[in-house]
Order: sequence, then C-alpha cells, then structure tokens
Amino acid sequence: MKGIRILFRSISDSLTNIGRNLSLSIASISCISITLILVAVSIILSQNVNNFTTSIEKDVTIVAFVNRDATSEEVDVVGNLIKNLDNVESVKFQSKNEIKKQMQSESEVFDSIMDDYTNETNPLQDTYLVKVKDINSIGETAKEIKTFDKISIVKYGEGMVEELVKIFDIVKKVTYIVVIALVVVTAFLISNTIKITITNRKREIEIMRLVGASNSYIKLPFFFEGLWLGFIGSIIPIFACCYGYLYLYNRLGGQLFTAIIKLVKPDALVFNLIVSVLLVGVLVGAFGSYRAVRRYLKI
Amino acid sequence: MELIELKDVNKRYKNGVTALCDLNVSISKGEFVFVIGASGSGKSTFIKLLYREEKPTKGSVFVGGINVAKLRNGKVFKLRRKLGIVFQDYKLLPKKTVYENVAFALQMYGLSSGEIREKTIKALEQVGLKEKWRSFPDQLSGGEQQRVSIARAIVNEPKVLICDEPTGNLDPVTSMEVMKEIEKINKELGTTIIMATHDKEIVNKFKKRVLVLDKGILINDMAKGTYKNERN
Repeated sequence: MKGIRILFRSISDSLTNIGRNLSLSIASISCISITLILVAVSIILSQNVNNFTTSIEKDVTIVAFVNRDATSEEVDVVGNLIKNLDNVESVKFQSKNEIKKQMQSESEVFDSIMDDYTNETNPLQDTYLVKVKDINSIGETAKEIKTFDKISIVKYGEGMVEELVKIFDIVKKVTYIVVIALVVVTAFLISNTIKITITNRKREIEIMRLVGASNSYIKLPFFFEGLWLGFIGSIIPIFACCYGYLYLYNRLGGQLFTAIIKLVKPDALVFNLIVSVLLVGVLVGAFGSYRAVRRYLKI
Repeated sequence: MELIELKDVNKRYKNGVTALCDLNVSISKGEFVFVIGASGSGKSTFIKLLYREEKPTKGSVFVGGINVAKLRNGKVFKLRRKLGIVFQDYKLLPKKTVYENVAFALQMYGLSSGEIREKTIKALEQVGLKEKWRSFPDQLSGGEQQRVSIARAIVNEPKVLICDEPTGNLDPVTSMEVMKEIEKINKELGTTIIMATHDKEIVNKFKKRVLVLDKGILINDMAKGTYKNERN
C-alpha cells in the first residue's frame, strides 16, 4: 500500500512539476509534437509503400507459354512440374480458347478477327499463369520454368519488376532511417527538458535528500515527467495525422495519381498510427528522462 | 552502546585541510550538546559527519547503531530518516506553504493523507505555528521560518535533532525563542540535541554539555559548560 501511495505521489508530483514549469513544458511538448508529426508522416508513408509493394508483388505473374504441339497429357505434366517448384505460390492454367474469349470480350477488333478461329486454327498458345512466393527470386523461377520440356516462352516483366522492388526497398529504408533519427532527436529534447527541470529544482532535491528521501523517491517524479511530456506530445500528432490522412484519403478518392497506387484504408492505418506514435512518445519520453536523471541527478 | 559514538575520527579534505583530528566523543540518548569553536574549528564537519554529508577519512561514526562511515550512498536515506536536521538558512521551499513544507518530510514514507495531516498539525502545534499553516515562507519572520524548519525536523519524531547554527540568522530575542523551542523538544520528547553554534549568550544561558573544538581537536568537553570557561 505504501509503495502504491509513493507511486501515485510521484505521478501527481510529476504533473505538478509540469504545471509549475509550464512555459518550459509547453516548449518541450511543442518540439516533441513537431518531431512526432514527422514520425507519424514517416509511418504513414512506409505503410503505404509497404501496401503498394505488396499489391504490386501480388500482381506480378510469370506467364509460361506451352508449345502448340504439346498433347493434353504433356500440358498436365508441365503444369505439375511448375507446381512442384519451391518458389511457386499458385499456378493457373489458361487454354488458348479461354484467352481467345477473353481478348474478344476486351476489344471489338479482336472480336471480329478472332471470331473465325476454330480450335485447330487458333494461333494462340495455352499458358500457365504462375504466382511466386518471393518476388526477389522471380528471375530464377522463370529460368527454371523455361528449361521444362514443351515450354516455349516465359515472360514476367523482366527489368521493370526488379527496378520497382529496388526503388521501394530504398524508400522503405529511408523512412526507417528518418524515423530512427527523429526518435533520437525526441529523446534528446526530453532529456534536455528534464535536465533543466533538475537544475531548477536543485534546492528542492537537496532538501529532499536531507529529510531522508530515497534515491528512487527523488528520481521517480522526473522519470514520470518525461513520460508525461512524451505522452502529451504525442496527442497532437495523433489527431493531426489521423484526421489529415482521412481528409487526404477522401479528397484523393483512395488512390495516389493512378488507380494502380492505392492508399491504405484509414481505418486500417489509424489504429497502427495511434499505437505507434503513442508508444514512441511514451517510450522515448521515459528513455529521455531516464538518461537525464542518470547523467544530471547526482545524489 | 551510546546513541552517538565517534571513535578516532579524522577528516582530511581533498584540498589538504585537516578538519578533525583524532576525535573521540560519546553522546547518550536524551542529551543536549553544544558544539562550539571558532570558524574553521571543525564544528560543521563534525555535524556533517553525523548526517553523512561527509565521510571520515579514518575512524568510525556510529549514529543509532549505524556505522555512518561505512554507509553506502544509496542507504544514507535510512540514516537521515532517524534524524532531524535544522540549518542556519532554514532550507524551506519558497513555493510551498508552511503545511506543505512540513508534510513534505512525511510524504516519502507512503503515509495516508490523514496520517500526514495529523502528524504535520501536531508538529506545527509543538512549535506554535498551527495558525500559520497556510502562509508561505516569505510571509513569515526569520524566527517563524526557523520554527517551521524545526517542525519539519521533528515531524517524524527523530531520535536525534542536529542543529547547524540554527540561530545564526536571528536577532537575540528571536534566537532565545527558538532555543526555548528546541529545549522543549529535548525535555518533552526526549530527543537528543546536538547543536553547533557561535552564540555565546545561548551557550551561557542554557548550561548544557559543551564540546569545544579548536583546529579540529576536541580541547574541552564540559558537562554544564559555558563560553567563558571553554578553555578551562
């Protein structure tokens, strides 16, 4: 019970201290808010890049064309061989007749030209549409498929896919670095605020020591103060970014420039954003004050 | 064992100054002891050793059975909780009221608000400042401020009250009032009082045990001493 009372007193003292040093606290909270807004924007960016990468990766398909002279048994054998490859996620067979119908439905020109094709005269080829598990190994998988008997051509958008994957990888890494740098900056801001508070309250700390306060009793309110600063500092960025993103999403109709780049739905993103920014604020606040207390509060 | 016992205590500061030299002193429970001497005689060092603001270079300092010399920094608070300390400059927090300044010393024990209130009011009553509980230190006279600091020192009912020049900033009349307050604590509560002072009048009037320090050496230990016969 005594421990709980001391804990609550430390928490209430930390809030009182924020109020007493209001101008300093506001300055610190503002700086934390600005950095956390940047952290939140980076999180939104990285989630959207992730989402876009995943959807692009899902769409990338290897198309394997089967020779025209292949018998139906040979077509099945090739299909099984492809299915058994390690990196293959799914395989879908598309007969030349299905492709013909699909093309006819997409264009009136194709429709009139292909109308006369019978099963024997159809110049198209049966194909296997292959989805892969790991997009980075798509090249090797395509090469392996090409070695199979009765497979004539294998296509998967070579070059472009690798390029896209590379670009997204760079964007992701950059956002991670930005987030880490901002988190470090926030920690230093909080640490500095606590340092100033410690200096301001030197006399009080001295008296606390003299009347028998334990080290942890003296240190605990400072620790909570940093935690509060981080917590309060994260509220504005959460509201600003959640409502900002919602507005942007509705305004852009859920996509960026083209239908290919779809934005992450706000309801899926908001929860992650709130939890991440709050966690970053509170943890960084706690870490910043812990650092300041260790370095500047010599008891 | 006596309540306070200093055995062969030497204190030499890093700058080479020897503040105390082969000091041997025993103080029993309930005693009232003045520590006197000129500036630089080692009075303050003697007092600081008792509440472990300083550590002896050699020898041992026992306070309530605890060897202060061997006490780790992290455990010093346990010693200080057994002591009450009164300073010349009062060491009150200007932004806290009289009540808050006294209650402050109890909050770290995890007591309930009711218990804190009860003990604080009792301590303020003892020093005659119950009516001023809502005032801030700068609204009080020097004597009243010192009485607040005495209330803070005794609120936890310590076994020992250490006073470092408590009347140093006060006029003679107020000094006498504060001294009466301290004597009352000694008599009524049985608290051991150790007081470093320069004030001849006080020492001569109260006729308590007097320890006379000169250049870090205990030159006299008188049962009912006065300033006049300090070198006798």
